Amino acid sequence: MLMQTTLYDKLWDSHAVHSEEDGTTLLYIDRHLVHEVTSPQAFDGLKLAGRKVWRINANLAVADHNVPTTDRSQGIEDPVSRLQVDTLDKNCAEHGINEFKMNDPRQGIVHVIGPEQGATLPGMTLVCGDSHTSTHGALACLAFGIGTSEVEHVLATQTLIARKARNMLVNIEGPLPRGVSSKDLSLAFIGQIGTAGGTGYAIEYAGSTVRALSMEARMTLCNMSIEAGARAGMIAADDTTINYVRGRPFAPQGPMWDHAVNYWRTLKSDPGSKFDRVVEIDARTVKPQVTWGTSPEMVVAVDGRVPDPEKEKDASRREGMERALKYMGLEPNAPIQNIRVDKVFIGSCTNSRIEDLRAAAAYVQGKRIASNIRLALVVPGSGLVKREAEREGLDRIFRDAGFEWREPGCSMCLGMNDDKLAAGERSASTSNRNFEGRQGAGSRTHLVSPAMAAAAAIAGHFVDVRTWR
Amino acid sequence: MEKFTVHTGVVCPMDRANVDTDAIIPKQFLKSIKRTGFGPNLFDAWRYLDVGEPDKENAGRPLNRDFVLNQPRYKGASILIARKNFGCGSSREHAPWALADYGFRAVIAPSFGDIFFTNSFKTGFLPIVLSDLQLDHIFHACAAFPGYRLTIDLPQQTVNLPDGKAFNFEIDPFRKYCMVNGLDDIGLTLRHAEKITAFEIKRKLEQPWLFGNHAS
Ligand code: SF4
Repeated sequence: MLMQTTLYDKLWDSHAVHSEEDGTTLLYIDRHLVHEVTSPQAFDGLKLAGRKVWRINANLAVADHNVPTTDRSQGIEDPVSRLQVDTLDKNCAEHGINEFKMNDPRQGIVHVIGPEQGATLPGMTLVCGDSHTSTHGALACLAFGIGTSEVEHVLATQTLIARKARNMLVNIEGPLPRGVSSKDLSLAFIGQIGTAGGTGYAIEYAGSTVRALSMEARMTLCNMSIEAGARAGMIAADDTTINYVRGRPFAPQGPMWDHAVNYWRTLKSDPGSKFDRVVEIDARTVKPQVTWGTSPEMVVAVDGRVPDPEKEKDASRREGMERALKYMGLEPNAPIQNIRVDKVFIGSCTNSRIEDLRAAAAYVQGKRIASNIRLALVVPGSGLVKREAEREGLDRIFRDAGFEWREPGCSMCLGMNDDKLAAGERSASTSNRNFEGRQGAGSRTHLVSPAMAAAAAIAGHFVDVRTWR
Repeated sequence: MEKFTVHTGVVCPMDRANVDTDAIIPKQFLKSIKRTGFGPNLFDAWRYLDVGEPDKENAGRPLNRDFVLNQPRYKGASILIARKNFGCGSSREHAPWALADYGFRAVIAPSFGDIFFTNSFKTGFLPIVLSDLQLDHIFHACAAFPGYRLTIDLPQQTVNLPDGKAFNFEIDPFRKYCMVNGLDDIGLTLRHAEKITAFEIKRKLEQPWLFGNHAS
């Protein structure tokens, strides 16, 4: 029987080394990205068991979570962070793993540098000890986050023990309204299905809207799949994908390139493929989004209001809402645009690529940040993004407006370095998680697009970028 | 990995949905390069009234008396019960490490974050899925009876309640096998080393660009 297969099925089937009767599969891993936070215990385990790295050049390492975003010539001041970064350097040197060190211009957030270097290629399986590995699925590969024991497993065996997820299609149709980005699409989608809505699924994003998105916008969309509960998100390969990959340092060249492209063209779901769940989104109805609570599903459109728990019938949901409002210091029914922010963060693996910085700069040019803004940070996703932005003069636009222009890394997305919110401080942030304490103990995070964050910095509160000027 | 067969223990109720891994073990503790020692900082931001740091002594820190873990009746609890989407968020395996280091052997919830769920099995810490209704029953009983205990029987795949009820749960046979026997799955995988090598050789022929001597 001839079956129409989905992109996910194709990627899965082409990497299955061995399957047990219960469906447990040994999956071959083509690319393994490594960072300093989730790898030390894995290297340690390897050593204790006297095992070697299975295929050294499948690995690429970078330090991103702990690194300072200010002057790096003095090294890392915090001794605990320094030890973790030094441990990565030592482990990579010991095993001969390619690492972009802290002062390498190619250094950056692991999910930014993978695609940027062509280390992420269509058709691959790619894993990393980090949940936002779903980002790389934008290049028609199967990419997902793993834990430290699995990092050790991949290092030692080049495989993972995995079980197949169900297929979900998110079909997005229609042109994106002006001022609305793929970040808004993603938040609106999560608001619709909830943070557990994608649990147990691999998501494929498709439809005319997705086809029209740039590669970087696609990465933002796939990045947030994990916030919808799905371990992987992916998008079929097309001209946009192939043009993006062409000429990147790790990408194939010459006759090998043509050979690869022929294969990559097959990386899409067959017409008529069956999905276990289909979600339809009409892009024309999506507005700029702002989260109001402590989970990404707690989100409304910028022209909306903070919801009222009294109107929620389900008791456990109501309690969750009340707890979130208390933590966030918000009143029910307050207009979103009345919320004033203290700090603005433009960065993270969700929104720190060149297009994100351009989108933000467009709202900043020739203006000044509002007087209530204590800190406005721009943290490019990689050294190369930073260099390109400087070539285009974006750094001047930000600096002239009162923003700080920093060195690449995770920064205030999770505040493992010095970039954090103080207790009670409120941010407009282009990152992906608004959990309690995520950006610092007691921090209050509102997730938004780069355009929305930039405009909030200038206005001092949230504004609707579709009409604000 | 510690074996898991039959375990009886006091139940601690965490009546919240979407408990994320940032809450289970906040980021400042991820700077450790060890697998152990996370227990004292489990749920740090909810458990203490001040802000914890990796180099800070935990004894003597002001406790949030309202938080379940600090209530005397749940002292020594080894089974956690929670609401939907427990362990969502980041991939940090430090979350199940911290739960296990504190003394928990299992967590029961209606659904879990996928990566947390997978990580837990590697730690010998058992995540169990029961329905909302079954959990409601356990939450009520736990509130009604101080010192409420459950028995988890992994070989039989049951959660046994003191009132004689037993709830069945599902688990992949392979995961169960590894847990009941305390097996390290890298060792198990390496039994297939020849198959992996053969797969790799074939792949190298078909997609040589994945194996190139790439940029460095
Ligand atoms: S930018 Fe934030 S979400 Fe992305 S990898 Fe870094 S810490 Fe994780």
